[in-house]
Amino acid sequence: MTDTALPEALADIRDDFLALEQSDRLQLLLEFSQELPELPERYADHPDLLERVVECQSPVFLFVEVDEDRVVRVFLTAPRESPTTRGFASILAQGLAGLTVEQVLAVPSDFPLEIGLTEAVSPLRLRGMIGMLGRIQRQVKEKSAAL
Amino acid sequence: MPIENDPSPAFAAFAHPERLVSTDWLSAHLGEPGLVVVESDEDVLLYETGHIEGAVKIDWHTELNDPVTRDYLDGAGFAKLLGSKGIARDTTVVIYGDKNNWWAAYALWVFSLFGHKDVRLLDGGRAKWEAEGRAYTTVVPTPAPVDYPVVERDDSVIRAFRDDVLEVIGSSPLIDVRSPEEYVGYRTSAPAYPEEGALRAGHIPTAQNVPWAKAVAEDGSFKTRPELEEVYLAGAGLKPGDDVIAYCRIGERSSHTWFVLTHLLGFENVRNYDGSWTEWGSAVRVPIVKGAEPGAVAH
Repeated sequence: MTDTALPEALADIRDDFLALEQSDRLQLLLEFSQELPELPERYADHPDLLERVVECQSPVFLFVEVDEDRVVRVFLTAPRESPTTRGFASILAQGLAGLTVEQVLAVPSDFPLEIGLTEAVSPLRLRGMIGMLGRIQRQVKEKSAAL
Repeated sequence: MPIENDPSPAFAAFAHPERLVSTDWLSAHLGEPGLVVVESDEDVLLYETGHIEGAVKIDWHTELNDPVTRDYLDGAGFAKLLGSKGIARDTTVVIYGDKNNWWAAYALWVFSLFGHKDVRLLDGGRAKWEAEGRAYTTVVPTPAPVDYPVVERDDSVIRAFRDDVLEVIGSSPLIDVRSPEEYVGYRTSAPAYPEEGALRAGHIPTAQNVPWAKAVAEDGSFKTRPELEEVYLAGAGLKPGDDVIAYCRIGERSSHTWFVLTHLLGFENVRNYDGSWTEWGSAVRVPIVKGAEPGAVAH
């Protein structure tokens, strides 16, 4: 993984986690989980538009928008009773917000393993976040190709 | 000093009613010396969002599994873990968790590998506690460490390995606790995203498919004994006295079924195959059946 490929917001999130002790990393993840925004109404009323992330054990859905300037917006939803999954979703939603298509596609697929959570959360659980990132990147690819 | 059992009539018909406590019982006994309440969840952050007062957290990934080998912690590790949670060898432990106690049952099963005597489940787990509007706190207790003896883990009685399963196919019943989709071998994931858990799909020959949720009532508590007998005896064809092996994907849902068969229905020789489908579905040359029928093993 090279830093040149990692957008600033994601690099900051990674550095924030790595600066903490293991138990405090969980606390930070909990804070992220509390910051996951609600879906905008156009998706809240249309669950059929959302893609299920089957790599996550809890029901997680996402939708990606790419505008004419090739700027990406990511929407994710995860249940209240799955705070870890909400935390992962929130990291990606915040870290990818406002990036261009090229920047999103350049994010290394193993980014979730690089933020210091493999010990506190476990690699198996992080697979759900890898699945989210992979699906976001695939949607970005599909939707930017259609522009 | 063991703490009195829950005398609730709802549990009286079970083979080992002392293995369950109700939410009422737990409310009345919280804080009693000799009792430690443990929360064990699928979600590693759920405890931090709020838990039963005084409960300590044990995480199956980071605390019960060995970080290197695919195995559980050893006797020294278990002693250190429990001692640090304020649990002594004679402590009464009540475990509860999310997902109708999947992970709580898994933790209870691991405690049982080490022969911890008095370990019980909170019937209904987090879901029932919450539905009844009972309180949570975010205050994390700091238990005074106690001495827990180093006891070697005994894998010979309630744990099955791949070769044990191979040996009994066709002679002892197997229960596959996964969803019907997993049992049949149907994959729901998109072609670009293969499941990473196993290389092959299907089930172990002769296994009956009894998804774990069939043991659970609407409110998350266990069904009654007659209802459970309907599922496992009439439905899956188990007979009293059978030696049974249960498996799922990684051994957690089958711990729940192990608990039901052992402690609620009184089967005396039930083993949990914790390698489960993530091992079997990737192992070379083990027999696999696809489709809805249990199938037979070719000799």
